[in-house]
Amino acid sequence: MVEAIIADHVTKDFVLRRHKTFKKMTVAKMRGQQTVDRFNAVDDVSFTIQQGESVGLMGLNGSGKSTLLKVISGVMKPNKGSILTRGRIAGLIATGAGFQSQLSGLENIYLNAAIYGLSEKETKAVIDEIIDFADIGQFIDQPVGTYSSGMSSRLGFSIAVHVDCDIFLADEILAVGDKPFKRKCMAKMQEIRESGKTMVYVSHAAASVQRMCDRVICLENGRMIYDGEVDEGIRILNYGDDEDGEELDLALDDAELGADV
Amino acid sequence: MSETAVGSLPPMVAPSSTMGLLSVFKRRYLLKLLVQREIANRYEQSFLGFLWSYINPLTQFFIYWYIMGTIMGAHKTIENYPVHVFSGLVIVHFFTETFGAGTRSIVRNKSLVQKMPLPAEMFPVAAMLVSLWHVIPQMAILLVVCILTGWHPDLGTLIGGLLAVAILMVMGTALALIFSVANVFWRDFGSLVGILTNFVRFGCTMIYSYDMLAQHAGHLKWLVVGNPIAVACMLFQRAFWAFSTDDPATTLKTQFPPHLYHQGLIALGSSILLLLIAQWFFSKFEARIPEQI
Repeated sequence: MVEAIIADHVTKDFVLRRHKTFKKMTVAKMRGQQTVDRFNAVDDVSFTIQQGESVGLMGLNGSGKSTLLKVISGVMKPNKGSILTRGRIAGLIATGAGFQSQLSGLENIYLNAAIYGLSEKETKAVIDEIIDFADIGQFIDQPVGTYSSGMSSRLGFSIAVHVDCDIFLADEILAVGDKPFKRKCMAKMQEIRESGKTMVYVSHAAASVQRMCDRVICLENGRMIYDGEVDEGIRILNYGDDEDGEELDLALDDAELGADV
Repeated sequence: MSETAVGSLPPMVAPSSTMGLLSVFKRRYLLKLLVQREIANRYEQSFLGFLWSYINPLTQFFIYWYIMGTIMGAHKTIENYPVHVFSGLVIVHFFTETFGAGTRSIVRNKSLVQKMPLPAEMFPVAAMLVSLWHVIPQMAILLVVCILTGWHPDLGTLIGGLLAVAILMVMGTALALIFSVANVFWRDFGSLVGILTNFVRFGCTMIYSYDMLAQHAGHLKWLVVGNPIAVACMLFQRAFWAFSTDDPATTLKTQFPPHLYHQGLIALGSSILLLLIAQWFFSKFEARIPEQI
């Protein structure tokens, strides 16, 4: 097997500045209060993901999933420990891509593709597919700032899946978007998974994780509490309870896939 | 898995690793896109759009021309005063635009910085290139004015002009790097830019001549002569204004410091040094940008 992602004691802390202004800082210093607060959003997490594996990342809100995904994608850098990845990474982080609101959808496609590392030629080769898949009609020429949240995540998802990547990251992509689009997304992700790409999938929806992943990593308050079988991970987090257990027929209804909203 | 198969795969790397400014120049296509977008969007939602790039220096020019030239009498003491001011203004404005837009560049691109992995140096560098782009039409106006007032350039014009642009490209990028990252943590730096810009304008031999400075400022003149921006300004004036005067030889002797080209090279050297320091500073604080912005 070949490793795709190796996280070695990854810790990412956030600095919370309690006192935002000079005046408040001076007063706090004089009173001997702390002026800086740190907390670990991801705390000493280690794992290895093999190429072609599809891993679900689960945990409650604020457990560090999105931060960990940002560390894997390279948006954030761990303070301690190290993260190593192999190949091109694409995907969506925290519902919605990095769009510039004043640019049109089309311009954003070119820009995002370039950030992922595509050349102009490579982008032109897939641009029609991206537009088709996003299916947002004439809005493609409008500034992204005028898009609804559903439309911008459709476009973001469409760009991400059409980038020829080695590692695909997906963060709560099904939280927005309507039922037909969710179904299309699931099919596309299944396709990505079957093509042998590595996938890291964040979701609260137990059913979609069960369908999509062959392993889960569970986080709680930034720490890894479980790494292994999907069903066991879901049981640990008690996600199955409110969804009537392991419903594996995957009817793809909103209650399952949209449980993370 | 055999060794050869592993060898053909891309290597394991830290996903956030960049080589700073070097990665910016390696990813020229992305830089080109960012520059194009920035040209189209620097004055977004304004009716006059890119014209603001010219309105700003033009209004400054008329203020100096009238108040300094006519009321304070600079037209009498400095030959061809409008060209003296305008040639300085073009190059100094290039710097102040780079500095201002560069400082705001990362915060303005918040949505990208928070979600997409790309070297954040891209934004200040793109801001500098956009400002450089706006210099071109101003240069055209300057050339027309110079030719109308009897300009006959020498080889030194070309060398000096290019040296001046090079100094300010490096210096502008360096300061834009430092201030853009500082502005993420404290927006005060954005306000500070306005004040510093004012100092820069009055710290260059634009509305006054080098001769006046040498006569009145005493040792303080080193504050001007030792400033790479002011040296670039003088190089530019040497290239354009000096050769539009009646007797360039005398102008060169009296209105410019001796060894101007040496100073230009020193200014370029110190700007490069500043750029290295700026890169160090940037890399040190870069990791906190996505969370603090």
